[in-house]
Amino acid sequence: MKSTALLEAQAVKAYYSTRQGYIKAVDNIDLIIDKGMTLGVAGESGCGKSTLMNTLMMNVKPPLHFLEGTIVLDGKVISKMKISELKNDVWGVRISLVPQSALNALMPTKRIIDFIKDVIRHHTDVSDSEIASRARKRFEELNLPVDSLSMYPHELSGGMKQRAIIAVSTLLNPRLLIVDEPTSALDVSTQKQVLKMLMDLRKTGIIESMIFVTHDIAILRQIADSITIMYAGKIVESGPTEDVLFNPKHPYTLSLTSSVVTPEPEVRERGLASIPGEPPDLLDPPEGCRFYPRCTKSMSICRSVEPPLKSEGAQLVACHIASGDG
Amino acid sequence: MLLEVKNLTKVFTVGLFKRREIVAVDDVSFNAEPAEFISLVGESGSGKTTTARMILKLLPPTSGEVIFEGKDVFGLKGIEESRSYYKSVHSIFQDPYAAYNPLHKIDRVLNQVFKLTGHSGAERDRLVKEALKEVGLRHEDVLGKFPHELSGGQRQRIMVARCYILKPKLILADEPISMIDASTKASILRLFSKLRDEYKTSVIFITHDLGLAYYVSDEVLIMSEGSIVEKGSPDDIMNRPQHPYTKKLREDIPLFYRKWPGF
Repeated sequence: MKSTALLEAQAVKAYYSTRQGYIKAVDNIDLIIDKGMTLGVAGESGCGKSTLMNTLMMNVKPPLHFLEGTIVLDGKVISKMKISELKNDVWGVRISLVPQSALNALMPTKRIIDFIKDVIRHHTDVSDSEIASRARKRFEELNLPVDSLSMYPHELSGGMKQRAIIAVSTLLNPRLLIVDEPTSALDVSTQKQVLKMLMDLRKTGIIESMIFVTHDIAILRQIADSITIMYAGKIVESGPTEDVLFNPKHPYTLSLTSSVVTPEPEVRERGLASIPGEPPDLLDPPEGCRFYPRCTKSMSICRSVEPPLKSEGAQLVACHIASGDG
Repeated sequence: MLLEVKNLTKVFTVGLFKRREIVAVDDVSFNAEPAEFISLVGESGSGKTTTARMILKLLPPTSGEVIFEGKDVFGLKGIEESRSYYKSVHSIFQDPYAAYNPLHKIDRVLNQVFKLTGHSGAERDRLVKEALKEVGLRHEDVLGKFPHELSGGQRQRIMVARCYILKPKLILADEPISMIDASTKASILRLFSKLRDEYKTSVIFITHDLGLAYYVSDEVLIMSEGSIVEKGSPDDIMNRPQHPYTKKLREDIPLFYRKWPGF
């Protein structure tokens, strides 16, 4: 049987080591990204989203440590690979990550095209003129202005810079593209252009699957096929987008969806809400369910027993209440 | 009338040899009454921040006036008059990191406010804790820390907490919650509304997010290329937009209950 999963992570733990102890940023996570899918990963700042993304591509550098688990990408166990193998055969070629601070990645003293040459030379042995023609062709395919290739970063707008970076990250046609908050620094009209471009990358087959990380679930509603909700280093719920957003099973997902501030009659009717309290300190997370201190429905079992991720209808949910325990 | 902005214009001259003029703000006029919540909405580069900087007297206008409580802001004389202006008008800027001295603990930015208000020791402590609670921070999480130890969202919330202590007549907030999680944005907006309702504070809220402006504003001003292209009640702007720019802005907001066509 041929597997439909492009990336599969099993029981992955990645902690930051600090003088005070381990920060459990990615704590026992299972995740599957199917071929041809866009997965949205949502959660508040500090829930481990970005750490998980770096871990999924094995970009793990101290103080972050990969403790245990298996990551299989495209049939290869990348969690066992050496850095040299990852560099030659995985990064940029099979999986690419556009990190949150990517807007600052461009070199201020280099034209975009020279930056692209620098990056691509690290991955393949093609000539500069070949890289340049590929970059030009790719910019055309994605409806990006080709003249921007010969410009310096300061001559480009924020949205154009972000699109250029995404185009560079996908120049070698990685099968999986991970984008981490690519639009949080952009205004709405520019944001839409970037989202449109990401959709085009998948439609044209330049990339096969995508993971989109954000704290804004209205964006995920627009572009994600399925959604994974993270809280304090754990996955609390995942499933098809509409099921997770409109029929949330975990109290945390429910409070995320109720704190959406979009200009719509449904939101106006229910009023503005926000989640009280703050996520726990991952140096010393609460025992049992990590959400119970902020949960309005918590029971006694929630304080002592950690809820496993269980199948509930179309979703996977880690909650005692949703699974009728206690 | 608390604040009158009259025909405010700012032209920047750029280039050393080939001089070029850029009209950043073009004949902007609006008024703010006490307890009025005004949102200034537009995309990056539309002149929102330049307008804010002129209202705050941080940048001289090329022409036009800013009149606060009947006095021309640019005619204020001496430190005393300026200090009293800044006690009445409090600003929160886009990048909260720039407002902090990296060598000082964040307690300092909160305590500095007391130079303006004159509260005493015990009262200070109580107010700081109360203010932090209002913006959804635990004082034990932030007090005693340095700016780099806090997240962007936490730094922005501390700036809002400052406002809460100061209770100014006018808050000028330039993208004050851009780095705050979607899940806590609503609580900060509610805090501004609370200050308006309880202390008659006026708010000028500068944002690119028409969705946020929709819920809290009494009036929404849409700014594009330096000019105000449309103004009206949030309901009018959202449901009956007239200007093509407003229409586009509205269409580009990602919604939750409706999907974009073609996506």
